[in-house]
Amino acid sequence: MGKILRRTFLIGTAAIAGGVAFGAYKVLETPENPLEAKRGSGENPFNPYVTITDNDVVSVYVPRSEMGQGVATTLVALVAEELDVPVERIRTLIAPASDAYFNSTMMHELVPFGHLDRGVLAQSSRAATRAVGKIFGIQATGGSSSTRDAFEPMRRAGAAARETLKLAAAEQFSIAVDRLSTADGAVELPDGTRLTYGSLAQAASALEPPTDIELRDPSTWTVLGKSQPRTDMRAKVTGAPIFGMDVDLPDMLYATIKMNPRLGGPMLSFNAREARKVRGVIDVIDISRDGEPFGGGFAVVAQDTWTAFKAAELVDVEWGEAPYPSTTDAIMEQIGDALDNGSGFHPRNDGDVDTAFADARRDRVIEARYQVPYLAHATMEPMNATALLSADGERLDIWAGTQAPTIALEDCAHEAGVAEENTFVKITYLGGGFGRRVEVDFVRYATRIAKAFPGRPVKTVWSREEDMTHDAYRPAAMSSWRALLGDDGVPVAIDARIACPSIMKSALDRFYPSLFAVGPDSSIAQGAYDQPYSVENYRVSDIIADVAVPVGIWRSVGNSYNGFFQESFIDECAHAAEMDPLDMRLALMKDYPTAQAAIKKVADMARWSAPATPGRAKGMAFTLSFGTWVAQVVEVESRDDGIAITNVWCAADSGRVIDPGICKAQLMSGIVFGLSSALGQAITFEDGMVQETNFDTFDAMRIDQCPDIHIELLENADHMGGMGEPGTPPSIPALANAIFALTGERVRSMPLSDSMDFV
Amino acid sequence: MIDLTINGEERSLDVDGEMPLLWALRDVAKVKGPKFGCGIAACGACTVLVDGAPTRSCVTPMETVEGAQITTVDGLAVGETLHRVQEAWIAEQVAQCGYCQSGQIMSAVALLNEVPNPTDEDIDDAMSGNLCRCGTYPRIRAAIKRAAEQNSAVKPETVEG
Ligand code: FES
Ligand code: FES
Repeated sequence: MGKILRRTFLIGTAAIAGGVAFGAYKVLETPENPLEAKRGSGENPFNPYVTITDNDVVSVYVPRSEMGQGVATTLVALVAEELDVPVERIRTLIAPASDAYFNSTMMHELVPFGHLDRGVLAQSSRAATRAVGKIFGIQATGGSSSTRDAFEPMRRAGAAARETLKLAAAEQFSIAVDRLSTADGAVELPDGTRLTYGSLAQAASALEPPTDIELRDPSTWTVLGKSQPRTDMRAKVTGAPIFGMDVDLPDMLYATIKMNPRLGGPMLSFNAREARKVRGVIDVIDISRDGEPFGGGFAVVAQDTWTAFKAAELVDVEWGEAPYPSTTDAIMEQIGDALDNGSGFHPRNDGDVDTAFADARRDRVIEARYQVPYLAHATMEPMNATALLSADGERLDIWAGTQAPTIALEDCAHEAGVAEENTFVKITYLGGGFGRRVEVDFVRYATRIAKAFPGRPVKTVWSREEDMTHDAYRPAAMSSWRALLGDDGVPVAIDARIACPSIMKSALDRFYPSLFAVGPDSSIAQGAYDQPYSVENYRVSDIIADVAVPVGIWRSVGNSYNGFFQESFIDECAHAAEMDPLDMRLALMKDYPTAQAAIKKVADMARWSAPATPGRAKGMAFTLSFGTWVAQVVEVESRDDGIAITNVWCAADSGRVIDPGICKAQLMSGIVFGLSSALGQAITFEDGMVQETNFDTFDAMRIDQCPDIHIELLENADHMGGMGEPGTPPSIPALANAIFALTGERVRSMPLSDSMDFV
Repeated sequence: MIDLTINGEERSLDVDGEMPLLWALRDVAKVKGPKFGCGIAACGACTVLVDGAPTRSCVTPMETVEGAQITTVDGLAVGETLHRVQEAWIAEQVAQCGYCQSGQIMSAVALLNEVPNPTDEDIDDAMSGNLCRCGTYPRIRAAIKRAAEQNSAVKPETVEG
């Protein structure tokens, strides 16, 4: 399928729907197994996930990027459950970039239907995106989708390998296959003889697996549903060189880059005379390309990273203007203007909001306006990638902690002018992702620089300053809300307007510049239009604010700010109606027992209705995101030099829990991530440049600020939800609501540290 | 040439005296345990022990560590036997992405060498220079307490820098 076509299909739902009919044949076609190549080296591949050597080494290739969320354990456990090999005996590897590892679930987030919408149109759009994920072979990690997407195929991979091993044994010993069983890495004959998988692997891997394998019933699971020790833990406590930053190849060069701090602006001139004089500097090169959304800049190539960093500071450079207003105030004014005057689309439009408000009594109408700033991802490991273009220019190898290996592969192959089949992307462990490592900038630059040194690997490392000031940021957003309270205090009409730059549009500019986004971007209202609140008249307007600061996917995407907007507003409504925020939510959730159960659970855990400890107060919030229903209560305490966060209680319902230990770790992580943003994070602009350049000005929660976090997992929901992101959205409003309960001050603008001190 | 001892091994490194210890370790000595996070002593990912004292190697010029004993996370285990802090980290399943953990572990080792039974406040003081973007703090705290218990249960052992 040609490049143009491939790209056209990515635009939006309409185009995607068109693609399905066209691409149906492709959907049915199974991509090649990238592990076939391993056969020569002693591994017998059963499918794209499992190989077994003759001497019993069972390997599982994890098709998603491990960035802390535990996929290198949970996805292995899915195979282990069916294969009858203990998780700790499996060799875990990260799979290479390949179309075989497409993620169909992540694409679901592209359809403008909330999780609750299981109607025909919503479901067929989801089916369409599932097909598209496969056609385009997008191997990506995001959208809290990894376990959901792997749940069926990876168990099936384990089961298929198990059944072919039994078939091989049956053939070898002329015994009916149904008289064989498997346990602990071996096939057992009726007389008790054990044939290790290794002894059967060669023969078995050549067989076609039976097509009618039934997956084990959850009631018989012995691995899934239980906490597994993480497969990557030992490497991570011994400092093993598993990250992109740690890649070390013979004859390797080290590079760093400096791009225009006015994001997207050109480099007008540069003079590298002083930089070139530094001992160990090999070259300074212009890496600007016309029309590239990242703007202009240069790279320093040296014998070590520090020399590259140091020399980069000595380059005399003149930067051009940014393509967006030069200060935060001017940018926010632009977003505010879109909010007040822009027209949007309505991902939710129940009843008749205009009529409801036209007839409303003014004293029953509540209004509020909220805003949030841009945020950096600030992954612990700064952006980096290593690239090697062969001396003859025919082959390209990339080592990178990327969340989007096949997009990276395509992008780098194009950059180097190397065929995609001769481009190999090895995915390292990621020192944090949070959405940042979906981007292609760091792999593209590594390739561009390596292209200047054929035959030599070049590792390109960003300084923290470069990383912090050249992100695809969580967009700033503004919203206005009004509600009409009914006689019982519960809103009978809600009208929400949300204005925000479009992530979809910004990302397309970076990934697929030949395209431009058309139509709405449903991520703008994600977390506001799709919540389990029944209100007779309910309208959400999703308004694109046209600001050219690069914005991207940041842990929980639109939910990260809409959770704050909506749940703060619900809290305001409750107080205006003199209702307990718990009762208000229970009333709004009347049609959604799953949501009610989650919020009741968290209220129990937090002893919500018990008298408050003197000097302390609690706030509550709920967000359904990525299919997981999460209710949280945050408790704060007033201390001499500021407010402390003392406790967080969290009840999360993802329908099914595969690994409780890892799920709790993810929720805890999501909560700290959200609270960190609320406490004091903001990316601001002055003269077109990001002002926060390192952790001294863009910090995150530290251990001394971290509350006790109490988590309970529920399994009431009908559909399986994700875990990497849903902990984040409710943490922010629950904190803001707790602060209101403590101080009476309603903070409607993030970060909270602009309005008060924290300890 | 700057001489120093890295994880018990004497090394002579041909580096500029201004080069931070972090980069001499990573790019020249090929010791990859200490990680680069910020370069300005704001995140703790690069923490190593210099003569036993927890030190941000990203801001420590090589000329100041001539002759010093450097211990990094790579040098904590004895053969296959992990340090009790590493064991505690595994028992509590602390690491997520893991990138900060080399530094967290070295700060914890230094803390427990100094204070065998740290209070929550001791932990706050010793560990708040170590950022974890994955938010593993509750498990870090639990692991430090577990390692402290191990400490009193078995004969004390010390990692000298
Ligand atoms: S890299 Fe040294 S403290 Fe951050
Ligand atoms: S485990 Fe990821 S930064 Fe700490």
